[in-house]
Amino acid sequence: MSEDRFEYALRLGDNALILSHRLSQWCGHGPALEEDIALTNVALDLLGQAQLWLELAGALEGKGRSADDFAYRRDAGAFRNALLVERPNGDYGHTLMRQYLFDAWHIEALSALARSADARFAEIAAKAEKEAAYHVERSAELVIALGDGTDESRARMQAALDALWPYAGELFVGDALDARLAAEGVAPSAESLRPAWDAATNAVFAQATLTPPAAAFAHKGGRTGRHTEALGHLLAEMQFLPRAYPDARW
Amino acid sequence: MSSEWPLWEVFIRGQHGLNHRHVGSLHAVDASQALRNARDVYTRRHEGVSIWVARSSDIVASSPSENGPQFEPAAPRVYPHPTFHDDEARPT
Repeated sequence: MSEDRFEYALRLGDNALILSHRLSQWCGHGPALEEDIALTNVALDLLGQAQLWLELAGALEGKGRSADDFAYRRDAGAFRNALLVERPNGDYGHTLMRQYLFDAWHIEALSALARSADARFAEIAAKAEKEAAYHVERSAELVIALGDGTDESRARMQAALDALWPYAGELFVGDALDARLAAEGVAPSAESLRPAWDAATNAVFAQATLTPPAAAFAHKGGRTGRHTEALGHLLAEMQFLPRAYPDARW
Repeated sequence: MSSEWPLWEVFIRGQHGLNHRHVGSLHAVDASQALRNARDVYTRRHEGVSIWVARSSDIVASSPSENGPQFEPAAPRVYPHPTFHDDEARPT
């Protein structure tokens, strides 16, 4: 059913778009020139992926909406991204921890999607998977370096993990739509990605001398448009120009 | 922060290049971070196929103040150049 696929493409596109925007907020403010460039590269990779997914969403919807229409002309309640990616940047440790938690999920999701029964999903996922493989390698090494670093860097990374952990669980809680697409072989079920994610993140946290919280509580709502306050502020900034000057070209 | 990180020199072999060429330098805490930073800072557009990094402090350089004694004596000599073996270039 193409409505399901439209909705699923939006979820993937919105995850990439919102995280890309969060990372772009660091541009020019990174803790070192090299980090600034590296993080901006990740932001650009994700923006490119967002464009592909949102174009696919537009094609599946069939109402002529472009990627820009989806990015700039929807209010928070219409966004389908996971809550994790909209969380504020915080300090650099927060940004890196959020990135790692997402990257470790992203690589599993994309490698499963690259085998999708729907060639349109498989094609985009195969391209994005190469980028995501580098993203997770980079964020994992930085989590380890800073976790297993100085007292201060370790404390900051543990605080980031404690704060973001309740937002990671949502990635693995599927709904009826996920189940239908999994049955059709279009997308992996949300739950099926958890064992590989647990194994990878536990190994990294052990090396980083960090301890994930024991509580399994997970905030949910991203996929039904119930977002945290942070998304509204992000969209106000991201959408200001096209909303104030509709159809402006630059 | 970056001033506390050691400096690395970056050498990249491009798709059509045979040799690694020096492209610049960057800061990184260790070799693996230097490789990742080099990838991000220097290879995004022209897609190199191989990266070398070396600690700048490990590179031994000739001294500019000795450029005269080092390089000038070679200038007037023709015999180190391959054309020396052409008949016309041979000193009479």
